[in-house]
Amino acid sequence: MADIVLDHVYKRYPDGTLGADDVNIEIADGEFIILVGPSGCGKSTTLNMIAGLEDISEGELRIGGDRVNEKAPKDRDIAMVFQSYALYPHMTVRENMAFPLKLAKVDKAEIARKVEETAQILDLTQHLDRKPANMSGGQRQRVAMGRAIVRSPKAFLMDEPLSNLDAKLRVQMRTMVSKLQQRLETTTVYVTHDQTEAMTLGDRIVVMKSGVVQQIGSPQHLYDEPANLFVAGFIGSPAMNFLPATLENGSLRTSLGDLGMPDRVRRALEAADAPREVIVGIRPEHFEDAGVVEDHVRARGSVFTAEVDVLESMGSDKFAYFKIEGEQAMSDDLAELAADAGTADVPDSAGQLVTRLSATSQAREGERSEVWVDTDKIQIFDPHSGANLTSKDPATANA
Amino acid sequence: MTATAPANKKIGWGLINLLVILYALIPVLWIVSLSFKTADTITDGNFIPRSWTWSNYAQIFQIDLFTSALRNSIGIALISTVIAVVIGTMAAYAIARLDFPGKKALVGVSLLIAMFPQISLVSPLFDIERAIGLFDTWPGLILPYITFALPLAIYTLSAFFREIPWELEKAAKMDGATPLQAFRSVIVPLAAPGVFTTAILVFIFCWNDFLFAVSLTSTSRSQTATVAISQFTGASQFAEPTGSIAAAAVLLTIPIIIFVLFFQRRIVAGLTSGAVKG
Repeated sequence: MADIVLDHVYKRYPDGTLGADDVNIEIADGEFIILVGPSGCGKSTTLNMIAGLEDISEGELRIGGDRVNEKAPKDRDIAMVFQSYALYPHMTVRENMAFPLKLAKVDKAEIARKVEETAQILDLTQHLDRKPANMSGGQRQRVAMGRAIVRSPKAFLMDEPLSNLDAKLRVQMRTMVSKLQQRLETTTVYVTHDQTEAMTLGDRIVVMKSGVVQQIGSPQHLYDEPANLFVAGFIGSPAMNFLPATLENGSLRTSLGDLGMPDRVRRALEAADAPREVIVGIRPEHFEDAGVVEDHVRARGSVFTAEVDVLESMGSDKFAYFKIEGEQAMSDDLAELAADAGTADVPDSAGQLVTRLSATSQAREGERSEVWVDTDKIQIFDPHSGANLTSKDPATANA
Repeated sequence: MTATAPANKKIGWGLINLLVILYALIPVLWIVSLSFKTADTITDGNFIPRSWTWSNYAQIFQIDLFTSALRNSIGIALISTVIAVVIGTMAAYAIARLDFPGKKALVGVSLLIAMFPQISLVSPLFDIERAIGLFDTWPGLILPYITFALPLAIYTLSAFFREIPWELEKAAKMDGATPLQAFRSVIVPLAAPGVFTTAILVFIFCWNDFLFAVSLTSTSRSQTATVAISQFTGASQFAEPTGSIAAAAVLLTIPIIIFVLFFQRRIVAGLTSGAVKG
């Protein structure tokens, strides 16, 4: 077991593009860290550099305090689980799991003991003599895990290990991975493009975009204090709503109407020397049906009236979708998020406001409804740099 | 009605299969039949010989030229196959896996060789080999065979290597294998069907060649079986050695059949299934 440090790491391709641009991450011993971002953001490149499958162009990678830039993968003592599992098809499950031990020249009795033990942990004992071709996706996935943990490496690297499983199995395996990591207490770097996986699994999350680390922090921190528009839009489901707004006479003029600004927001904007045109970010759960909000709470927010476009009742909550009139929030970050999610191709998806109302809400589809916004929770972003102007986190405010 | 439909389909397919098999096998059976006919019935046009004889077979083994030619054929074809497959495996692996300068040129040149009409190379080769003393030797045939078999070998093998997921190799590296260990314990076992298929194709190419063999050899030192057959003579100047030629032709196909049967079991399709994804 060991800590992993990426110290100003760059990956420069022959054509000059940057796969990783000044990546600085300190991963503590035993920590479960997630690299997340849209495809092509550099998360897999970063993982491959830690693994040794790709060269580091510049900077230093230390595992357990030792520089390993020049070491071959086999000398780094780390195990990797691949998205495609990469099981050896001509070997049985037992042989697959024994392979790393055999290469390490462990003696036969010890190999047999370790394989049995690992199979027990992963519930694979009765499959040990089967070939991967005859196994289900979930079983293959467990074999791939087994092959990684059998030799107790310094660290695990996982490259979207669950993305080939169907949705239900993925949730089960997610808890399995989480339990396994807690039990083994081995440093784990996990790559995914699924923000739900990132939120549920990691001790800390690293959000990346175009090879650049956007923000590092605990799941809750990233959710509450996103450093910029990209992180705000990427973390959370349904995603945060973004509205263009103009700062005027101490309030925010938006297409929903004027939103009041609490002192926290006003002070932050003054300190950041905010431009007049900004983007307001509001999470769906910070809306509520004005009818169910108590008066003293109602006073601290703003209320607007709009027609409910679509209403989805989930039982525990109601999701109400409103059409936003007028222009939409524009920024590079948002365009990239939309392209990644595929929503850029869906008509009307951009001009939609998603709100999560309580189940007791009386809102009906096609009728106008009064909605309250908890302005205390809003975030304000600079439309040009994408930076969060209201973040309490001084380190990320300038990111 | 519905129960008989699949049966009808089966019969239909069976008929088509039978037709294809007959089309392919009748010439072979014909030559087998000829090889068993006596000299006076050889031209009677009967498919099944009226009088059977082994004399054609006995006769060809009395010709010294044929036995030595058979030895030459087996030796030259085997050596060419081994060398072409070994070089081809390495080249194909490089082409499938690596990005190196001149890769396209290499592939292009090997394709060019395959497209080159062999007849146009015969006279230059003849001159060159005579000048450097390779004429009428085993290496004198092995060299051009390797040259012309390599494009075939490289193409077939690189297709097989491309089928093997690259991630398997990465996984082997992560599991602690050196590049050589990864190649030996992961890539080679998976590429084995491709290697055997290629070996069969190359062997057949070398075994069946007539053009180079007849042009670049002159004595029993290196003449191959196909050439020897062409030089059979009848009992008299007016007798066609049809029976002997037929018998020799049948004998020549036997090593190929053995070769294919021997390797057939190794060619297990879909060996890589189960490696990746669901």
